[in-house]
Amino acid sequence: MTSEPRSDAFVAFEHVQKSYDGVSLVVKDLNLSIGKGEFLTMLGPSGSGKTTCLMMLAGFETATHGEIKLDGVNINQVPPHKRGIGMVFQNYALFPHMTVGENLSFPLEVRGMGKDEREAKIKRALDMVQMGAFASRRPAQLSGGQQQRIALARALVFDPSLVLMDEPLGALDKQLREHMQFEIKHLHESLGITVVYVTHDQGEALTMSDRIAVFNDGRIQQLAPPADLYERPENSFVAQFIGENNKLLGTIEELTGDKALVRLTTGELIDATAVNAKEKGLKTLVSIRPERVEFKPEMMPPGAHTIDAEVIELIYMGDILRAVLKVAGSDNFVMKMRNTLGQTKLAPGQKIKVGWHPQDARALDP
Amino acid sequence: MAEATQELLTTADGRPLKEALATAQSRAKRRAFLLVLPLLLFIVLTFLVPIGYTLKRSFEHDGFAASAPALASWFRANPDFDPANPPEEAYAALVEDLARMQVEKTTGLAGARINYSVPGTISLFKKGSREAKTLPPPFKDSLIALDPDWAKPALWRGMASASHVYTTEFYYVASDMKLNDDGWERGEDKERIYLYLFFKTFIVSGIITVLCLLLAFPVSHLLATLPMAKSSILMIFVLLPFWTSLLVRTTSWIALLQEQGVVNDLLVGIGLISEDGRMTMMYNMTGTIVAMTHVLLPFMILPLYSVMKVIPPSYARAARSLGATSWTTFRRVYLPQTLPGIAAGSLLVFILAVGYYITPALVGGADGALISNMIAANMKNSNWSLAAAVAAMLLAAILVLYWLYDRLIGIDRLKLG
Repeated sequence: MTSEPRSDAFVAFEHVQKSYDGVSLVVKDLNLSIGKGEFLTMLGPSGSGKTTCLMMLAGFETATHGEIKLDGVNINQVPPHKRGIGMVFQNYALFPHMTVGENLSFPLEVRGMGKDEREAKIKRALDMVQMGAFASRRPAQLSGGQQQRIALARALVFDPSLVLMDEPLGALDKQLREHMQFEIKHLHESLGITVVYVTHDQGEALTMSDRIAVFNDGRIQQLAPPADLYERPENSFVAQFIGENNKLLGTIEELTGDKALVRLTTGELIDATAVNAKEKGLKTLVSIRPERVEFKPEMMPPGAHTIDAEVIELIYMGDILRAVLKVAGSDNFVMKMRNTLGQTKLAPGQKIKVGWHPQDARALDP
Repeated sequence: MAEATQELLTTADGRPLKEALATAQSRAKRRAFLLVLPLLLFIVLTFLVPIGYTLKRSFEHDGFAASAPALASWFRANPDFDPANPPEEAYAALVEDLARMQVEKTTGLAGARINYSVPGTISLFKKGSREAKTLPPPFKDSLIALDPDWAKPALWRGMASASHVYTTEFYYVASDMKLNDDGWERGEDKERIYLYLFFKTFIVSGIITVLCLLLAFPVSHLLATLPMAKSSILMIFVLLPFWTSLLVRTTSWIALLQEQGVVNDLLVGIGLISEDGRMTMMYNMTGTIVAMTHVLLPFMILPLYSVMKVIPPSYARAARSLGATSWTTFRRVYLPQTLPGIAAGSLLVFILAVGYYITPALVGGADGALISNMIAANMKNSNWSLAAAVAAMLLAAILVLYWLYDRLIGIDRLKLG
């Protein structure tokens, strides 16, 4: 599930554990390798250990056990100011008593850089985030989005090769957040820096990342590129946490390779792919994405098992139509249909049959 | 719409909007005013009136002008008389007034007024008014025969000045000036006590402020950063002395610091100092500074704490991640953000220290006395006007400090917890 430490990893966590109170572990045996230039997101609910991992990497928390390596060197004992890691904080942490220019100048001054060089770098960094005209303003005079850009520029101005971001867009409104996601992504690509990004917003993680590490309960549940994570979740936590998801509880009836036939608790048979429920007779939770559910026979593979459904509610959402169905005894089974010109109009109370491609239904741990 | 705003806005029934608003709010405003009225009256009666009265006393005194009307009118008629050699009419008026003082029993009052600028005149006046009735003319010779001090030019200058109800004399005295035969002059160095005490008070208050700041800063930081449960306990330790009687706190320092006190006993006990080498830490400046620093410490801790409490830890983290050492982080990021607290605490402690009376009075001895003790001493001696003048100067000095503070830091940045 977690990638084994690679020798060429730029950042590596090796068997890292962290406990605050000596009683419970917040991070349990973390192994994670991050390649140079990668955009890696740590995604998880609050209390899952993702921020603790970031703080350990930044040097604000010490690992209780295990090694953290940066560019092949153990940095467990290196104080934060010698790690040379840029960091963007959730509340921006711009120094309120300094102007924007002074804020950006700070990391350069503490590195003993000359005035001319400093000014050139500050100008370049501010231009990079389109804030060139704001050098003499105070942070309090800027909007949230502008402050966010300055925080970004400050984390980048001293040319760190690794930048950590701790929910940097959490305080922005939706539109600005989406805009900033693209800007951060572009900066990452154009500068070639390595980014470790912490968020609890799965949409943000999916749009921006090269790979996403889904955290829960102090462990990485799955480490994969966004598409894999969304389409091929490896356990029911990931399936639940990322995107919308239909769950059907049942038992594996037949298993050929990884093709499984699942008998639901209500008696129906459905097709599924065995992921981590790989034995006949095992209880399983089958997970299907709403947009992969089909109700037109021509869209299903030949011989696919179908299951009776009753339309309970139809919700018009503009780009898609969302149908809430009663399937296998539960009435919160969701199906999403594209709002195309010829789309069949369903009506509440209508009886239909739904099915799917076996690879879209994943039989996971219950 | 833009045109409409140019005109006078009215309500739907045509009344001017401003008037309607005032009517609508008047009831609430009246009620609010009634709520603060008791406090307003209290402040006016117990604070503004006494201060105004004291300030008035510092430049008004009719003790002589009222009880010596004949001489006063002569002084008014002859403003350019020669104090070295006043004419017979002046002496005649003086003897007439002295005789009246004996009858009206105002000798002490008049003498005390002249005594401010010319020390030792009360007894002179008493003797003079006792004998005034029996003195034969020419009054000049007979009065000088009674006591040659009656011819002193300084006395005549003092009387001339005291014949006016309003005067700046008390301020002269409070700035160590002395009325000589030739007029007001700088006093002799030995007699220059007021300015010296002012200077000393400000220096000592400065030392106490710095000590308080040095002691309070780490404690406040701890208070602001410790988990709630622990910081509450620490806060109680900070506030406990605050709730204890000032007298108890001060006297406990006497028990600790006196020559046969706990600290000296301990030092002798462990052999650090000998029995003869017991240190004098009480009834001198050391005692004043130690006890006042302790007493005023909470006034520094609380404003600092309130400022530090709201500084997010992420600032320090950001500074560290940007490459600053912990010292640079403290100096360039943390310290500047605590400035409003430092300024508020320092201003508070300094102003309180400058006017502090009870602690220096109890533990200061002669060496550790401050200007407030001098004000109190003057009050005890019924030198009300001089006490008022010194107090007014102290008040003026504090107002200047406050003004400076406002100019340099800005009073709106003050955070008092």
